[in-house]
Amino acid sequence: MTESAVSLGAAQTPCPASLKNHPRLSSWLRFSADGRVGVFTGKVELGQGILHALQRIAAQALALDAQHIDMLPTRTAHSPDEGMTSGSLSVQDSGTAIRHACTQARAWLLQTGAASYADLPGLIDMDQPVDWTLPSTSLDTAQDAGREDLRRIFHGHADFIHDLQPEGLLHGRMLRPRELRAQLDEAVWTQVAEQFAARQVGPVAAWPAALQLVRDGQCVGVIAPSEAWADAAAQVLHRDLKWQVQPHGLSLMDSQGTWEKQIAETQVFHESGAPAEPGVSDLQFSADYFRPYLHHASMGPSCALAHWTPEGLKVWSHSQGVFALRRDLALALGMPPEQVEVTHVRGAGCYGHNGADDVAFDAAWLARQCPGRPLRMLWSRADEMAWSPLSPAMRMRVSAQLHTDHEFTDWQHEVWSQGHSARPGRAATPALLGSWQTAHPFPALEPINVAAAAGAGAERNAVPPYRSAHVKVVAHRLLGVPLRSSAMRALGAHGNVFAAESFMDEIAHGRGLDPLAFRLGLLDDPRSCEVLRVLAAKINWSARRAELLTQEGWGLGLAFARYKSKGAYCAVAAEVEVTDQVRVRRLTVVADIGQVVHADGAVSQLEGGAIQSTSWALKEVVRFDAEKISTQDWEAYPILRFSEVPAVDVHLMPGGENPSLGAGEATQGPTTAAIANAVFHALGVRVRELPLTAEAIQRAMG
Amino acid sequence: MAALTRFTLNGQTQALSAQGIQGQALLLDVLRNQLGLRATRLGCGQEQCGACHVLVDGRSTPSCTLPLWAVEGRKVVTLEGAAKIQGQGLAEAAVLQILQAAFVAEQAAQCGFCTSGMLIGAAALILQNPQPTDLQVRTALDRHLCRCGAHNRILRAVHRAAAEWVVSFKKPSQVPHD
Repeated sequence: MTESAVSLGAAQTPCPASLKNHPRLSSWLRFSADGRVGVFTGKVELGQGILHALQRIAAQALALDAQHIDMLPTRTAHSPDEGMTSGSLSVQDSGTAIRHACTQARAWLLQTGAASYADLPGLIDMDQPVDWTLPSTSLDTAQDAGREDLRRIFHGHADFIHDLQPEGLLHGRMLRPRELRAQLDEAVWTQVAEQFAARQVGPVAAWPAALQLVRDGQCVGVIAPSEAWADAAAQVLHRDLKWQVQPHGLSLMDSQGTWEKQIAETQVFHESGAPAEPGVSDLQFSADYFRPYLHHASMGPSCALAHWTPEGLKVWSHSQGVFALRRDLALALGMPPEQVEVTHVRGAGCYGHNGADDVAFDAAWLARQCPGRPLRMLWSRADEMAWSPLSPAMRMRVSAQLHTDHEFTDWQHEVWSQGHSARPGRAATPALLGSWQTAHPFPALEPINVAAAAGAGAERNAVPPYRSAHVKVVAHRLLGVPLRSSAMRALGAHGNVFAAESFMDEIAHGRGLDPLAFRLGLLDDPRSCEVLRVLAAKINWSARRAELLTQEGWGLGLAFARYKSKGAYCAVAAEVEVTDQVRVRRLTVVADIGQVVHADGAVSQLEGGAIQSTSWALKEVVRFDAEKISTQDWEAYPILRFSEVPAVDVHLMPGGENPSLGAGEATQGPTTAAIANAVFHALGVRVRELPLTAEAIQRAMG
Repeated sequence: MAALTRFTLNGQTQALSAQGIQGQALLLDVLRNQLGLRATRLGCGQEQCGACHVLVDGRSTPSCTLPLWAVEGRKVVTLEGAAKIQGQGLAEAAVLQILQAAFVAEQAAQCGFCTSGMLIGAAALILQNPQPTDLQVRTALDRHLCRCGAHNRILRAVHRAAAEWVVSFKKPSQVPHD
């Protein structure tokens, strides 16, 4: 999840953007005659528990029991447009707006003397703007009864988009090459299409007349009356159709690859201070690090429903942004956005820009052939792995000049990567995979890096938190790579923090210094220092380090980052045992996320992030050959299993009145770096290339 | 008319012929699309992720590749069985209910997409081995993938449920299996 279920802005912060854009009370609240209160939000449930957190905020500000409050489905027709549900901003954006709206409603309830909220619409103008300066009651963060959505799921309710069964539902499958630039073999297509039309020989002879085969450029789809027929037809057609592709000759599988040969756009992302001439006593350090392409690897295959009606197109999607999806669908399908309605329905856990938007286009594109009937498009596991955007591979080069052990005179961080964002809703043309493959295609979009103010992309967390007279960050955005990349949890922060925090460890070791003391000596920010100090105390850092030196194969490492340099503070320690492979035995996480709304949700996000990062660090790598991505199932792309999951202790710093900060993406970078540093402590071998497999350790040993 | 497959589903006798493709119907598809039992979900269709597990004669079994005819004469229990066979004294229902309460108590999921399969896997384990060690729980759940990182909560929930189960049934070996 790229989301926090946790935080809340302090009352004195300026008017939140969501409320500025949607000032009316009616944009946020609906009071029904039966006494129920409906709350509108533009944010969506990705598994992070956001709706539960927002419901708690509303309940407290309205002084109402949460069971009387309905979180209304996020739908373009009635919800406030709050952009993407991403970047750990939801409680900050939507939570603050909802709290102000509810505080306003409560004030009007008391002012008018109304018996209940049900009477309010008759007494006041619901379209009045919310006065966001009203003081709100302080938040009661006591333990609550837990998420109602989870209770429903545990009791077998069919609440996922995959479970919707509207009347007359048809089923769609896509037949698409595993590589962006591949072209259908026309001779084979003609033969397959003719056999399909005739339905006389082979498996197609038994297929029902209701099966339709649809082609539009490189987009091929099948419509079936049942899910079983859809799968059966897709399997046969996928076997029979052929695609042709030119080899790309790329090698981006380690730091030695073709990075510098690839066309790139180079920018100085950040420069501060002045470069100094190296003094005679200055020490130079430099190292290259690598992180491979990663899959989102959603547990549920991407899914969407589409229904063309006389009024327009209705779409149900597990997208992170229903308004952005509506805009791009309208662009791609050549219709006004007002005629497209997108409703969010929950999917499997989402950690960034996965295939949700693309499959929604596929559904709409194919459902156009069966107007008046709803159609569900479902990707297969292999589709999911091959077509969902990837988190791009990154190469990092960090160089520094140390004047004394408490002073860097220079720190330079260079990063090579594709852009980390190709989300819908931003470009002049649609960001939807299928719209690039029709007979009249839109251009395939190059992923970009969002601006520094939005947290940056490949450059995220490349500016070090440590004191240095001169800092320079240079980003090389690779262009023309035939692999589709976009945003995944923490974006570039994962690779950059892995590099910078490994580098800090290397320098400390080179200077014979304790890595914790070395960091503390170079950090000015008190909250940064405090999470590290608390972490050290929790794990008894020095004594435990010394103790583990006597245990063969065991090691303890730590790392720190402040997410996006302006978000949550997070320090992580990893204890590992290296046998035939690296096993992470324990992770300790200390985070300062400001004021905490829902402690259990925050702990869950931080721990989930740390475990996902452990999986990235130890196991995950997308493999591809000249023609296709070859990691298309869970055997080829293993993720961390129950028997491999470390114990995780999470400690939240007392947040006081500090503005709340998202928790969902704080642990990814520090966890991977802490594991790499622990491996070094265990073996004395510095592994600079992820994942930290036995082979990678072998290579690092030379 | 296609051959009927007779089996017990959540305590009730079923005799049905698969709609659609004769002879090729898969249990998961029949459960979801023909019988409307949609708590069991498709994750990969390749027996690799564990999302679609159901109990077949008490064993945790992937339903995504299992032909309908293969459950002829067998007892199938899905997560919906926890509610549907209440009061019939079925061990599967009782252990699933205890697991559900434990998962709520531990908030043992983030997205919940795959939880149904894990509840089934944990139920099979506890029915077979009411006092599993941590290693045994982990080994049993190794067939189930979780992308959200909720593993430790899930492990705690299964241990909590196992402890409750032992308390509820002093002599677990005598719990009737049907």
